[in-house]
Amino acid sequence: MNPWAPFEWITAIRFLKEGRMQTMFIVTAVSIGVAVIVFMSAMLASLQANFLKRVLTSQPHIQLVPPDEEARPQRHASAGQFVAPIIQRPVQRIRSIDQWQKIRASLADWPDITNVTPTMSTSALAVRGDASRSISLTGVDPDVYFRIVRIPDYIVAGQPRLLTDDILIGTELGKDLGVTLGDKINVTGASGAQRILTIAGVFDLGNKGANSRSTFVALRTAQAIANLVGGVTTIDVTVGDPYAAETVAAAVQASTGIEADSWIKTNAQFFTAVSAQQTSNTLIRVFVALSVAFGIASVLVVSVIQRSKDIGILRAMGGSQGQILRVFLLQGGLLGFLGSIVGATLGGVGLVVWHAVLRQADGSEIFPLVLEPSLFAYAVLLASITGIGAAAVPALRAAKLDPVEAIRG
Amino acid sequence: MAEVANVLRLEGVCKSYNIGTPVETEVLHDITLSLDKGEFVALIGPSGSGKSTLLNIIGLLDRPTKGRLFIEGHETSRLADAEITRLRGHAIGFVFQYHYLISAFTALENVMMPLLVANEFPDAESRQRAHDLLADVGLSPWENNLANAMSGGQQQRVAIARALASNPALILADEPTGNLDSKSANAVFEMMQTVNAEQGTTFLIVTHNMDLARRCRRIIEVVDGRVAAPA
Ligand SMILES: Nc1ncnc2c1ncn2[C@@H]1O[C@H](COP(=O)(O)OP(=O)(O)OP(=O)(O)O)[C@@H](O)[C@H]1O
Ligand SMILES: [Mg+2]
Repeated sequence: MNPWAPFEWITAIRFLKEGRMQTMFIVTAVSIGVAVIVFMSAMLASLQANFLKRVLTSQPHIQLVPPDEEARPQRHASAGQFVAPIIQRPVQRIRSIDQWQKIRASLADWPDITNVTPTMSTSALAVRGDASRSISLTGVDPDVYFRIVRIPDYIVAGQPRLLTDDILIGTELGKDLGVTLGDKINVTGASGAQRILTIAGVFDLGNKGANSRSTFVALRTAQAIANLVGGVTTIDVTVGDPYAAETVAAAVQASTGIEADSWIKTNAQFFTAVSAQQTSNTLIRVFVALSVAFGIASVLVVSVIQRSKDIGILRAMGGSQGQILRVFLLQGGLLGFLGSIVGATLGGVGLVVWHAVLRQADGSEIFPLVLEPSLFAYAVLLASITGIGAAAVPALRAAKLDPVEAIRG
Repeated sequence: MAEVANVLRLEGVCKSYNIGTPVETEVLHDITLSLDKGEFVALIGPSGSGKSTLLNIIGLLDRPTKGRLFIEGHETSRLADAEITRLRGHAIGFVFQYHYLISAFTALENVMMPLLVANEFPDAESRQRAHDLLADVGLSPWENNLANAMSGGQQQRVAIARALASNPALILADEPTGNLDSKSANAVFEMMQTVNAEQGTTFLIVTHNMDLARRCRRIIEVVDGRVAAPA
């Protein structure tokens, strides 16, 4: 007997040890449940973290875009008349944000905002010999823009360099036009403005559509091709806390009067998917916890019956109802604790093995594994509490046992 | 305060079962008796006469339906359950006929249990006391045997050592030798006599064995739930 352990601990542990088989089976059952929860939760967390990282390094947190053009009817109703005008939506020309230099300067002073950079997006035609492809051309200031969207991380050939006559293209476009690093392509804007640009770098964004359409040039070059000298179509912003983007966007919109879209809004679908996943994850957790609880409870109910004589003797020795209650609550807690320690370990090992075995076609990892220690701590804590809760009914039964009945047996 | 001579006193104790139902039966009728400190008493009577019921009431495991019970001068009918439990723990030791020991513990640990229940922690002092008690009952070599790894007589001697652990004023034994052969029964009985003589512990022993009963200094006979007049 450990001299530092009180009566309840000593007795609970001895009872569990003596009922070796029962203890082993229920600990196995608990650990399977916990392993499933740990495995599933860590996998989902990793998937989400990976997706978020991709999203947050491939688009700005907030984008300021010029207002849509609207048609205003000129005809007004005079007294006693009703007018039901049919207003056609006007065509949306590519327009610059008014006074974007001033807006950029003022946004740069906001404490929440870490980067501000103007960009010029337009569509154009890339031509080489007989081949032509429509492309989406983004003019950027590389120094700041590449801090928001990490194109340099995705460069597979050349440099993320953007001088006046440079262009960065995707791998697919390169294949389509049969060009590689250092080749020249002819880019024509919608207005007819034409430039001959040199391929300074080729990137792979991991998405065929993006690789065949997206291109990046210097801001001035894009302005010239769009025939919108000195204009910008968007102002891209990053903030210190990406999850505060929505509130910052609302504040920006209120103070500048320009529409500001946060990444949270533009990726609403992703967040819907995450919350659906979380709901189903929670449901699975609840049901696993329930079956663990019932398993522990049923083992303890049987154990109370088996040990009714021991309980009677303990009561005859002066053991209180509270002490008996705690002996059985503790057994429940210990079963949950032991099971979750084993289960969390199994789940963790399972994750590492699964992550090591399952590889992408080229042998690289599918996504980085996020193993939060807090997940394991939570699993163990929750399982222990569940065990204590499950033990409540059998423990009360044990405490309420009439010692006379128990001893007469 | 007057000196407390009686370890135990019952005044008009009755016990009924199935109270309020058509099969209500009174099994103990108006029992009045007292035991002085250091007495060694046999409780005899035919089967079903109410000996175990009486012993459970005296041992505070059960409450009388009527009448008063004094343990070391404390009137017990108005005590709350928690106080009853505490009093039972320090004033009374039990030895039962069956299921003597807790099988999850060794002999030594079983003897320590009453102290552990009372003190919460198994201190060195309790261990020493259990060790000494086992030596007294001649079981030192079996100290670390699990309860089931001992003979019936050995187990019963451990149970007596355990009943002595918290140094109670009164030991209640319900047919402690009923399950043993005559040689072991005799050994267990003599051990109780020795404890009684050396430590002055009061014993109340239920037995069907008239030879043993006659060796007690006093015999109380229960017949049909009443104390029979001494022969
Ligand atoms: N829980 C109970 N409910 C109803 N009747 C009971 C209960 N317990 C005991 N009795 C009755 O009380 C009477 C006395 O029983 P008790 O066990 O005290 O007898 P005893 O003298 O110890 O007998 P034995 O020598 O066989 O052990 C018996 O008639 C028994 O049927
Ligand atoms: Mg009996």
